Amino acid sequence: MTTRYKALFEELQKNGEGAFIPFVMLGDPNMDESASIIETLVKSGADALELGIPFSDPVADGPVIQTAANRALESGITPDGCFKIIENFRMKNDTIPIGLLVYANLVIGRGARNFYSRAAKSGVDSVLIADVPTLASGSFVEYARDAGIDAVFIAPPNADDAKLREIAGLTCGYTYFLGRSGVTGADREMSAPLSSRIALLKSSGAPPVVVGFGISKPEHVRASLEAGADGAIAGSATVAIIERRLDDRDLMHEELARFVKDMKSATKGKG
Amino acid sequence: MCVEISKGAFGDFGGMFVPEILVPTLLDLERAFEESCGDRSFASEFEGLLREYAGRETPLYRCRNLAGDTGVKIYLKREDLLHGGAHKTNQVIGQALLARRMGKTRLIAETGAGQHGVATALAGALFKMRTRVYMGSKDMARQAQNVFRMRLMGAEVTPVETGSRSLKDAINEALRDWSESYADTHYLLGTAAGPHPFPTIVREFQRVIGREAKRQILEAEGRLPDAVFACVGGGSNAIGMFADFIDEPSVRLIGVEPAGHGLHTEKHGATIERGRPGILHGSYSYLLQDEDGQIHESHSISAGLDYPGVGAQHSHLHSTGRAEYVGITDREAVDAFALLSREEGIIPALESAHALAHALKCANEAGPPRVFIVNLSGRGDKDIEQVAPYISLEARHP
Repeated sequence: MTTRYKALFEELQKNGEGAFIPFVMLGDPNMDESASIIETLVKSGADALELGIPFSDPVADGPVIQTAANRALESGITPDGCFKIIENFRMKNDTIPIGLLVYANLVIGRGARNFYSRAAKSGVDSVLIADVPTLASGSFVEYARDAGIDAVFIAPPNADDAKLREIAGLTCGYTYFLGRSGVTGADREMSAPLSSRIALLKSSGAPPVVVGFGISKPEHVRASLEAGADGAIAGSATVAIIERRLDDRDLMHEELARFVKDMKSATKGKG
Repeated sequence: MCVEISKGAFGDFGGMFVPEILVPTLLDLERAFEESCGDRSFASEFEGLLREYAGRETPLYRCRNLAGDTGVKIYLKREDLLHGGAHKTNQVIGQALLARRMGKTRLIAETGAGQHGVATALAGALFKMRTRVYMGSKDMARQAQNVFRMRLMGAEVTPVETGSRSLKDAINEALRDWSESYADTHYLLGTAAGPHPFPTIVREFQRVIGREAKRQILEAEGRLPDAVFACVGGGSNAIGMFADFIDEPSVRLIGVEPAGHGLHTEKHGATIERGRPGILHGSYSYLLQDEDGQIHESHSISAGLDYPGVGAQHSHLHSTGRAEYVGITDREAVDAFALLSREEGIIPALESAHALAHALKCANEAGPPRVFIVNLSGRGDKDIEQVAPYISLEARHP
C-alpha cells in the first residue's frame, strides 16, 4: 500500500472516522476548471480523490459520467493533459491519496509500463481499471507494482466467497466494494451493503473497504460505515453538480463544497 | 504492446476484459456452452430448429452469368435464404437454446444493420422470452424496415444516442444493461467479437456455414475451392465460413473489410488493415483508435460492417497470415450489389456485396480456371433505400 493511503486510513481510524472520496472526471468541463474543482473538493474535506481519465467507450458508466467524459474529450483533454492536472495539484498537496479510474485501452494505448510510470511520476497512488477483472489482471498488477502504484480491484455484489478472498489478496491500497449491480449512477441508490461480505473481505486481509456506486446522500455514507466499510465514494452525484452548474461556476464550487462537507460529516462518529 | 490473455486466447488476442461483475455470468455461459457441446439432445434440438424453422441447409449456387467470361466459377453460399434473411439466425437459435438452458427469461442484443436484431427478435418470439434490442439511432434511421420487423415480432427496440450512435455504442449499452440484469437476462451478442466465450460460441454455432459449403463444393466440383470470401465487420459470417477451411492450406481465406470512402481517408471501417491492437468490448483485438487509445468512429455504407473492432480470431488469423484481409469501398460494394441483382436476379445485403466485389476483382485477374466461394451472408431488401441514391436505373423497355 502506498504511504499516502496507509497514512490516511491510520489517521481516520485513530479519529474514529470513515473516508469520503469524491470522484470527478479529469478535464471536465475543461483543463483549468477541472484543476480548480479538485482544489475545491480537497479544501471542503475530501479525504482522498478518485479521478477519471475520459475514455470514448466507458461501458461501466451510466449517463452522468458518460456525459462528463464527453465534455472532457470535447474540451480536447488527453491522458497526458490529465497527468499534468495531477502533477500541478501535487505541487500544492503532497499528502492526499489520489486514485485513477480508467479503462484498459487507455492504459495500454502508449504501453502499460509507460502508463504506470507516468502515473507514479505525476503523484498518483492507485489505479483501478474498470474493465480488467482479477482473472485478466496478470501483467497489469506486475507493471503497477514495478512502478510503485497500488492496483485496486472491485468486489462486486455477485462475487462468491472464493472470489472475495481472491480480491482481498490482490487489491492494494483499498478495496472498491460495489454498493449495487449495474453501472455508475446516482439514480439507483445503493442497497445496504452486506456486512457479512465486508467482514469476509477484511478477515481475508483486504485493505480498507470503500463502497461505491449509488452513493449520493449522507445516509448512504452512514449505511456503508455501519456495515463495516471504511469509507464511501460518490461519483455521479458529484459530477451531476458540475453538469447542473456549468453556466455558473461560483454556484458550482459552492454546491460542490457543500456536498463534500455534508458527505464528510456523515463519516464522523463512526463506531 | 502485448497483454496477457488468461482466458479465451486466440494466439495473442482475445480474453475477458470486462467489469468484474460480468465475470461470473460469462463463466456460467462458458460452462453451459461446454456442457451443451457434449449433449446429444441439445445438438439434435439445435439442428432440428435450423432445419425446420430456419430452412437449412442453404444452397451453394454457382453463378450462371456473373464472371462467366473469366474462367472462374463463383459459388454463392446462400445464407440470404435463411429464415430472417441473414446468417445471424444460425447462432441466435444456438444462443437462445443456451439461454433457456441457463434458466434465463429475457434476451438483450445489439444490432447494427438490424439483421442480428431481427434474428434475436424471432428467437424471442419462438422461445417466449422478453427481448430488448439496442440500436444506434443513426442505424435506426438507415434501417427503418428492420426496426419495424423487430417490433412486429414483439421486441422492444431501444435507440442509442451516445457516441457514434451505431453498432459500437449499441454494444456499450447492452453491456451496461447486462451488468445489472444478468440474473435473468442473456446477452445475445451478435458477432464473433466481445469477451470470451462469445467468439468461440458464435464461431461454433456459425460453423455450419463452412461445413455445408465444403461438402457441397466437393459434391459439385470434386475438389476444394481455391478461395473463400466473406465480409468482416465483427466477423461472424466470415469465421463461420472459414472455420472448416482453416486446416485446408490450399484454400485461401479472404476477409473483406469496409473501406468506406477509401483506405487513404479517415472514413472507413477497415479495422485489421488500418487499426492496431487494443482492448474494447471485452477483448484484445485490432481496433481503430488514436495514439492514446480513444476509439475512432468507423464508417461504412453498410451498417452491419460499421464497427471499429473485429473478432479476436480474425486478428489471430491475420497475424499468422492464414487469412488475408482486404478492403472494398462503399462505391465498389454498391456496384457489386447492382451487378448481382442484374446478372443473377439475387439482391445481396450490402455487407455481403463487399465480399462479392472483392471476389469479382480476383476473378478478373489473369490466372488459371479457379473455383471461388462467396458467403452471401444476407439479403439486400433492407438496403434498397440506402442504395437507391447511388444507382440510376434506366427503363430498359420504354
